[in-house]
Amino acid sequence: MKTYLRGSRFAAAIFASVLVLAACGGDDSDPSDDDGAAQEAPEPSDDPVHLTISHNAVRPDVVAVWIEDYVIPEFEAAMAAEGREVTVEHIEGGVDDYKTQLALDLSVGEGPDITSFDQFWTAEFAAGGLIEPLETVVGDIVNDWEGWDQIPEAVSGSLAVDGQQYGIPLGTDGRVLFFRTDLFEQAGLPTDWQPTSWDEILDAARTIQSELPDVIPMQLNAGVNMEEATTLQGFIPILLGAGGDLYADGSWQGDTPQLRETLEFYSTVFDEGLADSDMQLVTDGRDRSFEAFADGNLAIMIESDYLWRGVINPDGGFPIDGREDLVGWALIPAQQPGAGINGQDFVSASGGTGRVINPNTEHPLEAWELLSFMGSYEAQLDWVEREPRITAREDVNEVGIAEDPMQSFVAEEVLPLTWYRPGFEEYPQVSEAIQRMVENVIAGRSDVDSAAQEFHSNLEGIVGADNVSGE
Amino acid sequence: MTADDGRRRDDAAAPGHDVPTGSDGGQPSPAGGGSVQPVLADEGTTSVPEPEPRPKADATAEVAVINKPTAIGFVAPALGLIGVFMMFPAVWALYLGLTNYRVTGTAAREPEFVGTDNFTRALEDPLFTSSLWITLIFMAFSGVVGQMGLGFTLAWLFRRWRGWTRRTIEVLVIMSWIIPGSVVAFLWRAFLDGEGGTLNSLIPGDVTTEWLLRQPLLAIIVFNIWRGTAFAMLLFDAALNTLPPSHLETAKVSGASTWQTLRDIVFPAVRGHMLTTALLVSMWTFNLFTPFLLTGGGPNYQTEVLAIYVYRVGFGQGDFGFGSAVSAVMLVINLIIALVYFRVLRDRRKKS
Repeated sequence: MKTYLRGSRFAAAIFASVLVLAACGGDDSDPSDDDGAAQEAPEPSDDPVHLTISHNAVRPDVVAVWIEDYVIPEFEAAMAAEGREVTVEHIEGGVDDYKTQLALDLSVGEGPDITSFDQFWTAEFAAGGLIEPLETVVGDIVNDWEGWDQIPEAVSGSLAVDGQQYGIPLGTDGRVLFFRTDLFEQAGLPTDWQPTSWDEILDAARTIQSELPDVIPMQLNAGVNMEEATTLQGFIPILLGAGGDLYADGSWQGDTPQLRETLEFYSTVFDEGLADSDMQLVTDGRDRSFEAFADGNLAIMIESDYLWRGVINPDGGFPIDGREDLVGWALIPAQQPGAGINGQDFVSASGGTGRVINPNTEHPLEAWELLSFMGSYEAQLDWVEREPRITAREDVNEVGIAEDPMQSFVAEEVLPLTWYRPGFEEYPQVSEAIQRMVENVIAGRSDVDSAAQEFHSNLEGIVGADNVSGE
Repeated sequence: MTADDGRRRDDAAAPGHDVPTGSDGGQPSPAGGGSVQPVLADEGTTSVPEPEPRPKADATAEVAVINKPTAIGFVAPALGLIGVFMMFPAVWALYLGLTNYRVTGTAAREPEFVGTDNFTRALEDPLFTSSLWITLIFMAFSGVVGQMGLGFTLAWLFRRWRGWTRRTIEVLVIMSWIIPGSVVAFLWRAFLDGEGGTLNSLIPGDVTTEWLLRQPLLAIIVFNIWRGTAFAMLLFDAALNTLPPSHLETAKVSGASTWQTLRDIVFPAVRGHMLTTALLVSMWTFNLFTPFLLTGGGPNYQTEVLAIYVYRVGFGQGDFGFGSAVSAVMLVINLIIALVYFRVLRDRRKKS
């Protein structure tokens, strides 16, 4: 809105608010409905082909570097060796509302040929007709890809709806407790810390608080501005530790005793000043938490292993020199041993990302060849050599993370007990309602009672009252 | 250069100094004498080929020579463009507001007609009512009181200044208005930052107040005053130039105080400009999205003006149907504001 010329402000003032939304209201027809021919095996194009790929990142993000320095030249060379002229362009990104932009692009038949994609968008994009199963876009040849045998079903299922595969997953992750061993040592806490209950987390944080008053004891994501990070590495591990779940026995879980236990934990942490509520409310709170942890001003964080491989790593945004010595990690305990979901002692939550092919692509075959090339053993190995992480492929993981103790810990200790988000199209809305609920609690807008009740009614508004259980 | 010198020059230049919005602003005759408007209107009709025609007088003349179909033919292209680019989106948004249309999910493919559900949902949402309240406070204090008050004060104080001092002040004030919003937001965040922010370093002592968290509404109000004062100042500057200098001198000679001069001479003369400025500033501020760049609407919705509210539900939650409904409510509020101002403006004209 700020780009309107002042001279036209009179008219702009009236219409600015409606223009923005109306301009995007757009076309709700499904461009791929009439694309029945895609079922047949497509022929390689004789003409030069140009493909676009977007990842919503710029250098020095390791994936952006990998795409530009490895994927594009290698793929173009491989195609040229077959006598085919294929060029690939990386569309740089790095925006906050990538998801909305992508949805709008796809809804009008535009967008990159291949795009990176978060696992939890799959159901809603599929329901909206914005993405199509690989078999529909490309053809049956996608089932012949060698990579499927290397990807565990739990992981490939993250980009599937009703048994239909929509894209190739990239990998998965896990949530753990990270802590600064140097601060623990100064506070007289064990550097091989492994709490077995919520109280032990709180006790450690209280010790930090009294021994090192200048240090923020812990970070528990709790702001709307942190978006999915508040849900997945804040609320969910606590809820699971209380024995609760988001969706169980065929219905969404609203105002349950476990929900209230979870909110009480948040309330305790922030009321006692064990975490910094300002950090949750500012617009760049997650970066501030990373910075504080990297600077040694924050002792304990619940985070994804992304913190280890993508933030405090030597090439990351907030590198910690000697992270192997200064940073420890532990499983997230349940409220009491055995009190977690499925009677577990420890809990975690996992997400994942992948890539999908734009159903509007003019070159489905070439797009698939590029996508499967990116998921090949050689390409994935080149990627994890740049950044050790758990990929979707087991053969790559055997060598890719062998020398990274943190990633091995996630693969061996965390993934066996982890939890995946329910694959419903309503999940992202529910997640947003969760973020607002916890923010209201820690900001003092709501107490635990009213926050839980409000969440319950919001949940009913999203999925329908019949599909919610709880109070 | 003396003050007198400047004023005389200014008078000569006055007809070129058009107020962007004012067809009502009477311009002083070079002689600076008595009843302004009737004289000029007469002149306009009698002296034919003047390079600067009076709009009102010419309009009557032209209607007589153009027949209706020709006139329609002339305005049709403009009306067509307005229809396509303004009316259609507005009507379309109204329609979307009656559906559950979403950016993704089943409701993206098959939006359903939900009647007035979105509107009742908005009225029942405490965040909507608080957002409306925040928007009105923001509009009143940053737009009407702040920008107009400071804009008029600056225009009045510097009305006789000429030369480099005046240019410097104008450049400083206008600078804050023409710098792109994203750059300005970055500067203000640096200015208000808790650790190492400019404001905190200016305050004596060891201050680490996070202004955008502790006083978020005040912060965006001050920000917007700083940002938009130039516009009001320019309009008022032009309005003050239309004041016949003799009036002010008469007041001075008869020993009127500044306040008396303002109350009895200046305000009545520029009241039309004030109302127009108030209308523009109010509506502009009401629809402003820029606070988002400072606070994101936070902390915890404390600066969530309606434009940000619409952005959050529309683009954040993907709920275009609901977002369109709230946009339609904003449109209605805009129209009410406009109607109030037009009513006041018309009453004033009738009286005079």
